[in-house]
Amino acid sequence: MARSVTLVEGASGRAWRPPAATRGRVGRIGDPLFRALLKGSAWLVILLAIGLVIALAWESSGAVRAFGLRFIVTSTWDPVAGDFGALPFIYGTLVSSLLALLLAVPLSLGAAIYLAELAPAWVRPPVAFLIEMLAAVPSVVYGLWGIFVLVPWLRDWVQPSLGRWLGFLPLFSGPAYGVGMLAAGLILSIMVVPYITSVAREVLLAVPNAQREAALGLGATRWEAIRIAVLRYGRSGLIGAVLLGLGRALGETMAVTMVIGNRPAIAASLFAPGYTMASVVANEFTEATSDLYVAALVEVGLLLLVVTIVVNALARLLVWSVGGPAAGARE
Amino acid sequence: MIAAVVAVAVSVLGAAAPADAQMLVNGAGATFPYPIYSKWFEEYIKVDPGARFNYQSIGSGGGIRQITERTVDFGATDGPMTDEQLKKAPGALFHIPTVLGAVVPTYNLPGNPKLRFTGEVLADIFLGKITKWNDDRIKALNPSEVLPDRPIVVVHRSDGSGTTFIWVDYLCKVSKEWEQKVGRGTSVNWPVGLGGKGNEGVAGQVKAAPGALGYVELAYAITNKLPAAAVKNQAGKFVEASIESTIAAATGAASAMPADFRVSLTNSAGDAAYPIASFTWLLVYKDQQDEAKGRALARFLWWAVHDGQKHASALLYAPLPAAVVKQIETRIGQISFGGKPLLAAK
Repeated sequence: MARSVTLVEGASGRAWRPPAATRGRVGRIGDPLFRALLKGSAWLVILLAIGLVIALAWESSGAVRAFGLRFIVTSTWDPVAGDFGALPFIYGTLVSSLLALLLAVPLSLGAAIYLAELAPAWVRPPVAFLIEMLAAVPSVVYGLWGIFVLVPWLRDWVQPSLGRWLGFLPLFSGPAYGVGMLAAGLILSIMVVPYITSVAREVLLAVPNAQREAALGLGATRWEAIRIAVLRYGRSGLIGAVLLGLGRALGETMAVTMVIGNRPAIAASLFAPGYTMASVVANEFTEATSDLYVAALVEVGLLLLVVTIVVNALARLLVWSVGGPAAGARE
Repeated sequence: MIAAVVAVAVSVLGAAAPADAQMLVNGAGATFPYPIYSKWFEEYIKVDPGARFNYQSIGSGGGIRQITERTVDFGATDGPMTDEQLKKAPGALFHIPTVLGAVVPTYNLPGNPKLRFTGEVLADIFLGKITKWNDDRIKALNPSEVLPDRPIVVVHRSDGSGTTFIWVDYLCKVSKEWEQKVGRGTSVNWPVGLGGKGNEGVAGQVKAAPGALGYVELAYAITNKLPAAAVKNQAGKFVEASIESTIAAATGAASAMPADFRVSLTNSAGDAAYPIASFTWLLVYKDQQDEAKGRALARFLWWAVHDGQKHASALLYAPLPAAVVKQIETRIGQISFGGKPLLAAK
């Protein structure tokens, strides 16, 4: 109990001091040294991040000078003519990631709620363990599965039937290649489900039991108790879980490259092939021969960094606006 | 008896040499010839135990960059360096052809027909002008085959690659429109089609999609038993890709070989020549900065274009024709240190 009080004090701004009894023994040299080490680690991380941005900006300066803002609003990617526009890659990254979240969030939250609130006690540990195992599967394995199972299934079954019944929507029109934006969104959603599920489950488990008991005591049904007392209490933590998934989806390279079709074009249809920022860098960097080409690829990398930071900042604002900075699973 | 003593002494010296000197010759570049290069370095240790070669297959672009910055002792590329790139290098760079490769059109059609193409038809398919398998121009080339009323799904490489360079270099030569609209490079702005990563990515998408047409390296097509179309060459003959027809492409070009070997072998002359073939090159400076390393490198190159060639066919590369080897010998003889050639006249 006493410890948790000191921790909260620390969090409220005052520096933590060891209890009087231990002061003055190893503390004289050990503590300042330990403190300096920790401080050094923290600053090193920040310096690394700054160094990364500077290096990317420096290496991409050739493309920034040559194209300026045109780089992010045009969609021609012609290495032969040296004309580069990154819009299709930005579009592909955002759309495939959002599609992934759209599919993954309901599934993951459902699984997390079941595991944390409803499942019988003997089911919880093995299922939670299995889901965490899925998070450890390398992405290239998902990619192979995508090529051999998901893509043929989409091409032969899902896309023809979607096209037949919903083909009047531009979203589901066009030829069924199998590979394309839909395949990329699906594979990403499968990859982020384990992340979101395991973090969301931890968040829900951290909700104090008094919350549930109070809601049930007031006559709430099981669903009402979960909705009002548990989900609302943990919402900033849950948003954090979704963000973690989004972070993985934005930066995922290998599995997406294998199923997205790698075509730098913006199309309304989810059946059409697309391209992402991470994929184009991974695909083309090794054989990029001209300086401008390399600079353009580095600028795509820099843009990916910027997009990730912007999306994270927006999400952070969202967390603050729903719960305030102090809310969440601190206990 | 004396011979045995000498042999023992040599082998002892040989074994000791790497321990004192441990000379390491570093190279980097193209991925396409990586299997044969690593085989060569493994074999060459037996010939010259004093020099160890280290090769990183980081791609032609990286190889050109690194040799230009002199961070490696030799580079490797699948597409010849441009004049502009050569100007940036701090010294005269030699292109030394090492082996040959070819690129084949591969497809997925019901019944696996044996198809024939001309360069113009391939270019128009990749330009998106021919979109169906039962197009009259494809039918005219393959009168005995039943071609389905299916859209052609074009599949190309999504990663920058020497294979793409050879393929589009050929399309440039046979189609003015392709040359103007798309041009040549290790990656280009494809008018139509899906991208697959690596030979395996293209082959995977071709296999998965009925009606697909893509291109892969000959070696990859042979090992994976992919259907490969015959292509009409400059002499008007339909030729299937094989090691022999690839060598014939180089032989056809030997008489008109430029002194710097920066030559494209696509659409080359000769009845037996397969039209989508190319050299792959090692890049070395004429003036070496380190005498010992330079000598080891020159000796290795000499060995590679002679004894090393016998390893090529097993790994499905085409060996250099004798006429070209003669021309390369002169080049290797010019590699020098401080103005003096590093190889004694042979």
